[in-house]
Amino acid sequence: MTIAAEARPTPQPTQSWLVRLFDYKPFLIFICLLPALGLLLVFLSYPLGLGVWLAFTDTRIGRSGVFIGFENFESLWHDPVFMTSVWNTLLYTGVATVGKFGLGLWLALLLNNNLPFKSLLRALILVPWIVPTVLSAIAFWWIYDPQFSIISYVLVDVLGWRDTYIDFLGSPWPARWSLIAANVWRGIPFVAISLLAGLQTISPALYEAAMLDGANAWQRFRHVTLPMLMPILAIVLTFSVLFTFTDFQLVYAITRGGPINSTHLMATLAFQRGIPGGQLGEGAAIAVAMIPFLVMATLFSYFALARRKWQQGEDND
Amino acid sequence: MTDQAAPAPRPHLVDKERTGVIDWSSGPRRFVMLYLPLSIFVIVLLFPFYWMAITAIKPNGELLDYKNNNPFWVKSPTLDNINKLLFQTDYPQWLLTTMTVATVATALSLFASVLAAYAIQRLKFKGSNYVGLAIYLAYLVPPSILFIPLATLIFQFGLYDSQLALILTYPTFLIPFCTWLLIGYFKSIPYELEECAMIDGATRLQTLWKITLPLALPGLISAGIFAFTLSWNEFIYALAFIQSAEKKTVPVAVLTQLVEGDVYHWGSLMAGALLGSIPVAILYSFFVDYYVASMTGAVKE
Repeated sequence: MTIAAEARPTPQPTQSWLVRLFDYKPFLIFICLLPALGLLLVFLSYPLGLGVWLAFTDTRIGRSGVFIGFENFESLWHDPVFMTSVWNTLLYTGVATVGKFGLGLWLALLLNNNLPFKSLLRALILVPWIVPTVLSAIAFWWIYDPQFSIISYVLVDVLGWRDTYIDFLGSPWPARWSLIAANVWRGIPFVAISLLAGLQTISPALYEAAMLDGANAWQRFRHVTLPMLMPILAIVLTFSVLFTFTDFQLVYAITRGGPINSTHLMATLAFQRGIPGGQLGEGAAIAVAMIPFLVMATLFSYFALARRKWQQGEDND
Repeated sequence: MTDQAAPAPRPHLVDKERTGVIDWSSGPRRFVMLYLPLSIFVIVLLFPFYWMAITAIKPNGELLDYKNNNPFWVKSPTLDNINKLLFQTDYPQWLLTTMTVATVATALSLFASVLAAYAIQRLKFKGSNYVGLAIYLAYLVPPSILFIPLATLIFQFGLYDSQLALILTYPTFLIPFCTWLLIGYFKSIPYELEECAMIDGATRLQTLWKITLPLALPGLISAGIFAFTLSWNEFIYALAFIQSAEKKTVPVAVLTQLVEGDVYHWGSLMAGALLGSIPVAILYSFFVDYYVASMTGAVKE
């Protein structure tokens, strides 16, 4: 009896008020959320609001601006460089997303087979996604060099398919396609590995059932793989569209918007006008102009996802 | 007659396909449909790195002369470019800066995320789901939209051109990601374990420190290395908030400091890109599975 009493003294009297305060749930919740929410409010929510405000002012570096209404947006509307950047951003996002998802899905389906060294393969395929984008963009810059491009060398000197070296970055359209190719290269690993994770969750029993019903390979893909993959596909698609649309690094590293401002994306144009150009208000207006597109893309994939979930529930039950 | 005879000669096909996974028989067809495209994928995805590495060790003579040298190989490799990079530029300083910023930002984000995830997932309170959703939405706000107002904010705080500017802004994209990942991990740990500890007299913070965190260690490692990689690779904030050459991070410095005028020193540029990729590549090679787990985990949640 005494032993029990000694071994287990009631903890209450020994606890200081501080310990009890930290065990008081509302206080603990507040303390736990404080660092994360504090940082996010100060460095994310507030700047987001500040950015919208700046877009309606004529702020420059070193001079706080005054409210000028929609003037920034009006002047951007008549600015051919801005309109080109919007068009470029849409083209870049559209084509690169289709490329990434087409090739990424193909790669995921290939990897979903019984293969030797599967984990090594998976590790190698993810490398382009791990390495800093700017650094691999510099490698692409060198690959796209007008005089020493290795692609031109192979086409001209090894295969003899062309007579002249390609000027990848010297004129607008080749430069745009080169950037899209680099972006697709960078994006395939993420799409492929995420979709592979989705593919691995599909039960083989479904394929067996489809095969018993006489479905061929294409029908199994269309009616089993694709619907089962749809939820994860929608999420990966949202992220991919979001980050491709706001991409900055690849274009800044490879062309810096050139030649003659023809490859600017909205993000690179916002940077050029805002930071080196000093026109913070105008730069913020370009950045804010991206928001409606982003909200639309997110809502679109969110509702696509919700619809699919409902459909699946109905199909499975 | 022919209709019935047709399936008979290929019973092996049915056998193979019974495994469930799409399996394209064997032999040449499997080669063309599977191994050929797969090897093309791997070659295309890895070629830029090979090209980076081979350029980094080429002497200038070979680098710019494709007629007499096979550009895919190097005859007399040299360490000149790497040597020049390490001893005639601020490269070691840039590496150190990047390392410091990435480590501190990761530690700060992990600390904040563990507490936030614990509060959201374990200390269930009214509206905890909404806080979780708000943090998830924060992940969808891209840095390209934030950098201009953030630059004015950083300037007002007097943090412009200092490492602290990056350390404090990187958590804006690290915390949402880490919190979301850790909420998933905490969910998988049975709450009964914590209840037992609390019945034994442990406070909530003791429970978090002694029971939950050790069990969530794989999740912590995933979140940590992922956050480190993201901060190592970050570009736009480092470009906008840092001006002095010696304070830049590797990705920014390679692009802005090693490119001088119109003459590109491709050798040292590639060496810079290669050296800047190696730390994350090493980290990656040790923790491949954690990367895959955190990447797919973040998508699945």
